[in-house]
Amino acid sequence: MILTELEIDAATFEARTGWAVRPEGACKAEHCVVLPPEARTADGKVAVEVVAEHLGMPLVHDAAAKVWAVGPDTTVTGRALTTARVPELELPDFGGNPFKLSSLRGQKVLLVAWASW
Amino acid sequence: MWQDVRSRLHPRGLEIVTVALDVDVEAARPSVEAAKAEHPSLIDQAHVVDELFGIVNVPNGVWIDEDGMIVRPAEPAFPGHNPIMDQLRNVDVSTVPPEVAEMLTEAKKIKTDPDAYFAMVLDWVEHGANSRHALEPEEVIRRSMPRERDEALAAAHFELGEHLHRGGDHDAAIAHWRESHRRFPTNWTYKRQAWELEDPMRQGRTEHYEGSWFDDIKAIGAENYYPKLLP
Repeated sequence: MILTELEIDAATFEARTGWAVRPEGACKAEHCVVLPPEARTADGKVAVEVVAEHLGMPLVHDAAAKVWAVGPDTTVTGRALTTARVPELELPDFGGNPFKLSSLRGQKVLLVAWASW
Repeated sequence: MWQDVRSRLHPRGLEIVTVALDVDVEAARPSVEAAKAEHPSLIDQAHVVDELFGIVNVPNGVWIDEDGMIVRPAEPAFPGHNPIMDQLRNVDVSTVPPEVAEMLTEAKKIKTDPDAYFAMVLDWVEHGANSRHALEPEEVIRRSMPRERDEALAAAHFELGEHLHRGGDHDAAIAHWRESHRRFPTNWTYKRQAWELEDPMRQGRTEHYEGSWFDDIKAIGAENYYPKLLP
C-alpha cells in the first residue's frame, strides 16, 4: 500500500490491507490482534508505524520521493493468506472502470492472473 | 483461451475474472481486445494480487466459492492447451540459432498439466463444496505461499517501484525492483516484469538486474518452474 503520510484514515487502511483498526485492536476475518492505545491518533486515524509493527508489516520509505509502501502482514499465519475469506479486490478494467470482486458474490469465481510478458 | 472456458462453464455457475499483471496497460490491451472476453478483464499494474493471494507466477488461478471463501489458493492454471507453448515445443531446435536453441531446449522442459486442471475446475463446478478439489480453509491457508519478512518486504518494494515508474522515475523503480528480487527470488512476476521492461524480447541479462529469465530458469531447472499440480 502506497502512503504519502503515516497517519491515515481507518477505512482507507482497511480497504487495501483488510485490517479494520478499532479502539480494541485490529481485526481481519477470524483474527484480532490487540493494539496499544497509540495505534490510533486522537482524531481516530491509524498510526501506520505502530499498527505495522504489531502486524509484522514492513514499512519501506523512499526519502527522495517522500513516499512509503507498507507490505502485507506476516505475524498471524506466516502464509500469504491470513484467512481463507477472500479479500476485497478492486481493480480497473481496460476501460478504466473500477471493478469489485465482491460484486460476484453468489457465483463461483475463478480468478486468473496472467501477463503479457 | 479463458473465454472458451467461460462460454462452457458460465451457464453452469462459474464466472472468470482475469487480472493482467502488467505495469504497462497498453502491453496487455491487444490480448484483451483479441480475446473479446465476456467476463471481467482487469489490470493490476502494481501486482497487488501477488500480495493479496500469494501469486508468484502466471498463469495462476484462485478458486472462490459463492460465499466468498477461497477454496483453492494460487496455483498454476492452464485451462487447455496453449497454442504458443505447443508451437514452442514443436520447434526443431536444429533450425534456429544456437542461443535460441538453448533457450527453447530449456523452455521445452517446463511442465504444465492443462487437461488435469480443466478436469478439476469442471469437477468443482459440478460438485461445489463436495468436490475433492475444494479445500477446507485450514488447507487453503497451509497451501498458500509462505510469507515471512523478506517476502512482505519484496511486495512493498515492488509496489513502491511501480509507483515511481508510473510517476516517470524509472531509475528509482529499478532500485526497488532489484530489492524485491533479492528478497523474494522465487517470485517470477516481480522478476519477469522488471526484466521485460529492459529487454522485451528475451528478458535477458542487463546491467540493471542480477538475473535473467534464462539464467534463473536454468538455475532452478525448467521442470521446476511451475510446482506440480496437487489434487
